[in-house]
Amino acid sequence: MRSIAQINEKIKKGKAVVVTAEEVIDIIKEKGYKETYEMVDVVTTGTFGPMCSSGVFINFGHSNPPIRMQSIMLNDVPAYGGLAAVDTYIGATEVSVKRGMEYGGGHVIEDLIAGKDIKLHALSNGTDCYPRKEILTTINKDNINQAYMYNPRNAYQNYPAATNSTNKTIYTYMGTLLPNYGNITYSTSGELSPLLNDPYMRTIGVGTRIFLGGGIGYVAWQGTQHKVDVERTANGVPIVNAATLAVIGDIKHMSTKYVRGAVFDRYGVTLFVGIGVPIPILDEDMLKFVSVKNSEIYTKLVDKSGNVNIDKKFNYAELRSGTVKFNGKNVHTAPLSSLYVARNIALTLKDWINKGSFELTDKVTDLPFESRVNSLEIREIK
Amino acid sequence: MGKLKLKLTFDKDCVTRPIIYELVKKYDVMTNILNANIEYGNKGNMILEIKGKDENLKLALEYFKDLKIKYEIYAEAIIWDEKQCINCGSCTAVCPTQALTMGKDDCLHFDKDKCVVCQLCINACPIRIISVEL
Repeated sequence: MRSIAQINEKIKKGKAVVVTAEEVIDIIKEKGYKETYEMVDVVTTGTFGPMCSSGVFINFGHSNPPIRMQSIMLNDVPAYGGLAAVDTYIGATEVSVKRGMEYGGGHVIEDLIAGKDIKLHALSNGTDCYPRKEILTTINKDNINQAYMYNPRNAYQNYPAATNSTNKTIYTYMGTLLPNYGNITYSTSGELSPLLNDPYMRTIGVGTRIFLGGGIGYVAWQGTQHKVDVERTANGVPIVNAATLAVIGDIKHMSTKYVRGAVFDRYGVTLFVGIGVPIPILDEDMLKFVSVKNSEIYTKLVDKSGNVNIDKKFNYAELRSGTVKFNGKNVHTAPLSSLYVARNIALTLKDWINKGSFELTDKVTDLPFESRVNSLEIREIK
Repeated sequence: MGKLKLKLTFDKDCVTRPIIYELVKKYDVMTNILNANIEYGNKGNMILEIKGKDENLKLALEYFKDLKIKYEIYAEAIIWDEKQCINCGSCTAVCPTQALTMGKDDCLHFDKDKCVVCQLCINACPIRIISVEL
């Protein structure tokens, strides 16, 4: 057994041994569990995928005379006007009133992080204390006050692969799906993915310090649709979408390398978000969890034309290979999240810890391990 | 032997005509339809690859002119901004010829020779860094 405090002491002295969730697999293969456990203190993970449930809170500062903003546009993308006078939330999936789906909240967030000037146009009814009725100006990350990302649902612990049974191409948040099971798409960093390396969230909870978008962030809460009572393989890894994280972090320290606005054709706008979570190797059990390989992580297949589960599962080694056998045919598979950037995140986090600029945190409280996801029934209005 | 990639645009007078049959029969060209969007009895467009003797390819183009079918010839056309690429792989989902593939290094690879300029990758790219040079 080792504690997070002991690991942090080693980090301060520059003596902690940090490896990525990919590297640890090879080390275990060479040295076995016992010796690897003695050696490795922290395993870093990473993921960089489209995460729609993302957005940024902004405080613009007050103009003279001041305005209580009610209708707010950032580069012609609507932002929320239901907070205090000069606070807003810009959501990733909101689309431009002028350019439609080609530009949206995700792009505004990317442009803010890039340091670009953003057009702010806001309207108000005017009040005695906030007399101004309209404002048109530019803002950027240096002249606004707070700007922090708060993403209600990120880092899904596994996600079903998608296909299309109909005879027409369909355009989805899982990409373009060709007719007659013409392709299968999937979105994961697999053996590098944060929550797949700690399937029961022993070390990840409220307050866990993480890599978020190139800066430092924190796990704020359970993510929306967080679900833990799900089908798992013997290694504890869910084979369907399960736990999720709500995360928070200052965008002023983020980089567009790890936060990118994106468009899914004929579906809408989203945001690629980069997240890395350090996993302290507290005991040999924890090492077993992080040793999980792509060939041991399964996901179910869903027909996105009707959102119907198909009685078929694949592991990520099969999906990564580019072709799987399905219905007796070779079907082409394609990823949607970038493994290349995910690996870069895990290596960057490793580097931060090695340099002593990132210490691990004890979680303040657990994420719930009992939860269910309600569906929305159509109820009569009385 | 030569090879041309064409985008054909035809109006309602042509959509009922067996153009592919006539191309093969009259000019002895090999045809490969890469993408077709035809409203029968109205209008349509098609991305077509034709292979054959150079003089026959010329005659095929004359044939399009006679029928008032507009054509654009694609040169080496797809431009992939590799520096901006995040290597997500979304474009590989729709590439019909595997010109776009994920390599062992988990980066996107583009094989120009395999590309048939069907252009499906352009909109499949979530960060819009694939374009076509006409």
